[in-house]
Amino acid sequence: MSEHNHIRLPEGSIGKTTTTLNLGPTHPATHGVFQNILELDGERIVAAEATVGYIHRAFEKIAERRPLYQITTLTDRLNYCSSPINNMGWHLTCEKLLGVTTPKRVDYLRVIVMELARITDHLVCTSIVGVDAGAFTGFLYVMQYRELVYEIYEEICGARLTTNMGRVGGFERNFSQAVWDKLERFLEEYPKAQKELEALLTRNRIFYERTRGTGSITADRALNYGFTGPNLRATGVDYDVRVHEPYSSYQDFDFQIPVGKTGDNYDRFMVRTEEIWQSLSIIRQAYRKIQDFKGSEADVYHADVPEYYLPEKQDVYTKMEALIWHFKIVMGETDIPPGEVYQAVEGGNGELGFYLISDGGRAPYRLHFRRPCFIYYQAYEEIIKGSMLSDAIITMSSLNLIAGEMDA
Amino acid sequence: MSLTNEHIKARLLERFGDAVTELVEPSGMLTFTVARDQNLKVLNFLNDEQDLAFRFLTDLTAVHYPDRKDEELCVVYHLHNLVANVRVRMKAYAPVAQPDVYTATGLFSAANWMERETYDFYGINFVGHPNLKRVLNVDEMDYFPMRKEFPLEDQTRIDKDDEMFGRG
Repeated sequence: MSEHNHIRLPEGSIGKTTTTLNLGPTHPATHGVFQNILELDGERIVAAEATVGYIHRAFEKIAERRPLYQITTLTDRLNYCSSPINNMGWHLTCEKLLGVTTPKRVDYLRVIVMELARITDHLVCTSIVGVDAGAFTGFLYVMQYRELVYEIYEEICGARLTTNMGRVGGFERNFSQAVWDKLERFLEEYPKAQKELEALLTRNRIFYERTRGTGSITADRALNYGFTGPNLRATGVDYDVRVHEPYSSYQDFDFQIPVGKTGDNYDRFMVRTEEIWQSLSIIRQAYRKIQDFKGSEADVYHADVPEYYLPEKQDVYTKMEALIWHFKIVMGETDIPPGEVYQAVEGGNGELGFYLISDGGRAPYRLHFRRPCFIYYQAYEEIIKGSMLSDAIITMSSLNLIAGEMDA
Repeated sequence: MSLTNEHIKARLLERFGDAVTELVEPSGMLTFTVARDQNLKVLNFLNDEQDLAFRFLTDLTAVHYPDRKDEELCVVYHLHNLVANVRVRMKAYAPVAQPDVYTATGLFSAANWMERETYDFYGINFVGHPNLKRVLNVDEMDYFPMRKEFPLEDQTRIDKDDEMFGRG
């Protein structure tokens, strides 16, 4: 009998009892550019190694050469599911350094935008968890309301995904009637869609079995791993930057911080779901508060900071002084004062921090983004060890990893 | 009893004396510098003492000051006491020629990737780190890109007059 030497197997592969699976970097299951090298025993994961950095764009380095307004566009591209929160967070950081206080109406307008962004962020995450459990319908059903929110962004700033919204001190223009009309439509129609999504998933037997008890982490480990946001709250720790260090007048609102218990995929899903309802309530409160402003107060949409707030667009096009002033601000002719600040906001995924050191030049001396994704993703290896491959994928989506935020 | 910056300051100075310097409070956050070889001791102290209990590592990063002789690199820790809701910022300076700083991975699992990132961009050698390799950049990279000697644009290019744009 002739030798079967036409199939050549790698050295040692016959005796090996586990399989190495290279999941990613671009794979439909990874929802972005991540690479996971998994060592599998059948379908069970015995070891995992996560590799990140595939879309690293050196934002921190670039920021060292950019004046304030040119950095806003960089923050858009961190967590691109909720860009306005990043924009507002960056402007709040600048305001903290410059010592600018914003009028109440500006704060409430910002709260509306940030909560809308939180809803879009959470609805993508919760519906994607459904997709990974095999329910595609819910995703498509809620996605039309993300479109509606993007239309609201469009009415406010002209952009949809990478919004570059707002200015140091407030907004570029007052919200038009179209914004309020669309917001009312959203508040009216979205809760129904959200209820449908919940009816589809929360008590669904398949979803229940897939998510309960998988991908869990204890509160202790989560804190040690630097978890923040919904992923930390799912373990039972009620830490929320909006409450602990209120920014943008969050102390004026009445809302609850939902917490989970076991820190598994189901709890993460439920915490985000409940946060959507809390965000809706905050938006309603803010809208009511804004309607209470009367007279000249009702038209306030920015603080009085002429050194950093860009002049009105119609003035820029018609008046020489405004044009020069606009140019000076955008090109960074006005130096920023020296100082060192840390400003945190509650992003879609947790505490989004901006650590800014200025030496008094036109650009930051050092700018560091505390990206919640990057910090909690390192726990992924520990969480999925010993679980099934399919659970690892659902864990990844319920942690809500955003490659842009992770790699900065 | 609420935890005040004065109390933290007094406790630190009482325990570490001269090893803790440059105590300032920019925007209300207590910021202090510790001697490079004391960083882990101070972290442990802040973590273990019941009245301090800084058990959450918010952030870890570095800054490069090329003009500071023998302390060019500065490792910055942001710590948070979640119960009392107080933050502190701790700095440790290291010379660029031998940037050795003790790792905080024994205390905080979160420090693992944060230190890898800091190593990746600044070349800080975290002594005792279990897996100190690059995390965002390619493994083959042979320099530390966030150091100030690597400017974004070539400062010497002469084909472009940038004086009007504040770039000098």
